[in-house]
Amino acid sequence: MFGFILRRLAVAIPTLLLLIVLSFLLMYAAPGGPFTQERALPPQVLANLNAKYGLDDPLWRQIVNYVWGIVAHFDFGPSFIYPDRSVNQIIAAGFPITLTYGGIAFVVAVAVGVSLGVTAAIRQNTWLDYCAVGLSIGAQVLPNFVMAPILVLVFTLWLGWLPGGGWGGPIFWIMPVIALSTSFMASIARITRSSMLEVLSSNHIRTARAKGLPERAVILRHALKPAMLPVISYLGPAFVTMITGSVVVDMYFSTGGIGRSFVDSALNRDYAVMMGITILVGALTILFSLVVDLLYAWIDPKIRY
Amino acid sequence: MTRLFLTTALVMGLAVPAFAAKPAEGEKLADKQEMNYWILDALKSLDPHKNTDREGSDALRQLFEGLMNEDINGAMVPGVAESYEVSDDKLVYTFHLRDAKWSNGDPVTAGDFVYGWRRIADPATASEYAWFMELMNVENAPAVVKGEKKPEELGIKAIDDKTLEVRLTAPTPYLLKTLAHPSTFPAPQKVIEAEGDNWTEAGKLVGNGAYKLDQHDLGVQAVLSKNDNYWDAANTILTTVRFVTVNDQNIGLTRLLAGELDWMDRTPAGQFPRLQQEYPDQAVSVPDACSYAYLFNLSDKGPEALKDLRVRQALSYAVDRDIIVDKVLQGGQKPAYWWTHWATEGFQAPDIEMSKWTQAERVEKAKALLAEAGYGPDKPLKLSIQYNTSDDHKKLAVAVQQFWKQIGVQVELANYEWKVHTDRLQNQDFEVARYAWCADYNEPSTFVDYFRTDGYNNGKFSNADYDKLLNDAKTAADPAPIYKAAEELLIKEMALVPVYHYAKPMMVKADLRGWPKANVMNDWYAKDMYRVAE
Repeated sequence: MFGFILRRLAVAIPTLLLLIVLSFLLMYAAPGGPFTQERALPPQVLANLNAKYGLDDPLWRQIVNYVWGIVAHFDFGPSFIYPDRSVNQIIAAGFPITLTYGGIAFVVAVAVGVSLGVTAAIRQNTWLDYCAVGLSIGAQVLPNFVMAPILVLVFTLWLGWLPGGGWGGPIFWIMPVIALSTSFMASIARITRSSMLEVLSSNHIRTARAKGLPERAVILRHALKPAMLPVISYLGPAFVTMITGSVVVDMYFSTGGIGRSFVDSALNRDYAVMMGITILVGALTILFSLVVDLLYAWIDPKIRY
Repeated sequence: MTRLFLTTALVMGLAVPAFAAKPAEGEKLADKQEMNYWILDALKSLDPHKNTDREGSDALRQLFEGLMNEDINGAMVPGVAESYEVSDDKLVYTFHLRDAKWSNGDPVTAGDFVYGWRRIADPATASEYAWFMELMNVENAPAVVKGEKKPEELGIKAIDDKTLEVRLTAPTPYLLKTLAHPSTFPAPQKVIEAEGDNWTEAGKLVGNGAYKLDQHDLGVQAVLSKNDNYWDAANTILTTVRFVTVNDQNIGLTRLLAGELDWMDRTPAGQFPRLQQEYPDQAVSVPDACSYAYLFNLSDKGPEALKDLRVRQALSYAVDRDIIVDKVLQGGQKPAYWWTHWATEGFQAPDIEMSKWTQAERVEKAKALLAEAGYGPDKPLKLSIQYNTSDDHKKLAVAVQQFWKQIGVQVELANYEWKVHTDRLQNQDFEVARYAWCADYNEPSTFVDYFRTDGYNNGKFSNADYDKLLNDAKTAADPAPIYKAAEELLIKEMALVPVYHYAKPMMVKADLRGWPKANVMNDWYAKDMYRVAE
């Protein structure tokens, strides 16, 4: 097991390096640069800016310097667009925000999604099943960029219960959590339901029922665990997506999270911020796919590393 | 050197406070003096010498103060400078500073301005607004920006703590108007040297404006509160100003209606007529110093057809500006038949023939001109219109495509994201492109200089007579007739398709007073504002 973990972490390093180099090359292939603006900068000012940010070095040297900065000093460089801040500061300010609402949204999505899916499966073809399926299809097709303005309209303007945006105490978390968790919840419910139905018709469940176990114990002790396998492989990447934020949530609720910074940095050619967030998402993705693999082994005794 | 007081405002500045919030007769102040101002994006920088956008400038005008300020009508009024003298050759300005303090209690000195101006020009700062010193014609600015001369050689000098001397290389009629721009603000040297790039964080930032920075959450809000060390703090009424970021305009509007915002200076496209009906006391449209146009690529890389004046005229005539303004934009914008924004100070409307014709006449003339140039059903003119991603630009491009179809021109639309669009414009990789220009200061040269041979001029229009007119304007006692002649020449040569002059369709809470109603630059000062009891 430890050997497996070490091997996976060893592979993670070249993977991340590849990610850095590819992102760097893609970024440079895109036309325009961080200092492209409507009013073209005088050539000498542009030269000064390029010199300051090291953009006048050959590409290979920029990549080497960049990687060295991270390895040696954990320094992701200065932001090009927010000259008062470094990338470390931008991520340090924004990531806790997305982690908060994303983490809560994850818990909500899993709790509600799994409950809905299980309920639908064990009461298959009853009104409960239809309601659960209907609800999850509804949640799935309602995109969050439609839901967000509706939430603000209802809870801020009409009812006056919640602030329409910003970031602070738990009262600011409610709408982002609803907007972010809904579609994930729907997917989880759908996967849980179909996986549960499959498990419920398998031999070991028939055996459990045949030896007279109460239905509750059959579901919780014998069916739920194997039914969770496909759900967990979905949850790994979903968790990373959620905690690294959503552009829509950040945009509509002005949370200050890094989801918005990510898209902004791409549009503004803020190379450093974009690289920083790409590496963060990449590292988290690698980490959580490892966690998913370990959970697999824990759930399914057939899997051994 | 003669002692001159060029504007009455400056003379008044000696006797009474420059300009301050002053409730009118019978107005009762509200108990809560706070204002929440909507901004679309995060404030990118609160460093006056690194900021590049308008929202940043709005915040910086509260946190810092330059030599001059603007009043609600756009007139220049004294800021830190109490009075000034100008030499007979108009090349040396001497400013006398008032007793003012930084928010940490230190006195504001002439040396702080010297430091600030050198800092923005210094290549080491790599400021994207270093060109502003060149625009002002400050002595040695181009050489300092290039790194050929030391920042110490820039034409600004502290004669003593209260006297500042600025030397120019050419008479600059608009100099005073540039002195309210954040690029010319003083900077607290000690703080910047101690804190480095992070000096603008809340708690570290030291300014000399009427407000100080209490809190700044990037992309959420910046909270400013009254600075008791400000020289005119006694006449400052608003106690708290928040810059609240809402990236989506529709949500911004909802939050304004819910009472979370007090002022939104750009309502969502198409909503303004409805807002005007439903909230007549809050929906206002004010002129805004930007002009929207389609540029022709007249460079060697541009299409041959556009080098024919008749073709350019035909394309310009065919655009129905009334439809664009009344049916598409609907926010109080005005049709444009020339380049300079109509509300720019000191601008005389040029005599443009096309503006007097009906649209039917214009279309007829356009067809005739195209036929004369050799285009017709057998040999249709084909062009592409390039625009950057935005619903509004798209709507306009589609409309123009239809207008041009009427005269037999086949148009292909090319949409690029902002940076790519700009990059292509600057490399002359386009045929016809959407463009807008906003004034740097409230005087026509900021617009007309664009089309100089050595101007930004992405379409590479070049006309020796035009350049000469603008050179003459720099030293003329009254440049207004020259600007008028330049505009007439520009349209005679049809260097562009002027489309419309900007306006800001806004929502402002009815109890908020003191915001600029007649300042086409729309620069505002929270110290001039207050809220009345309803």
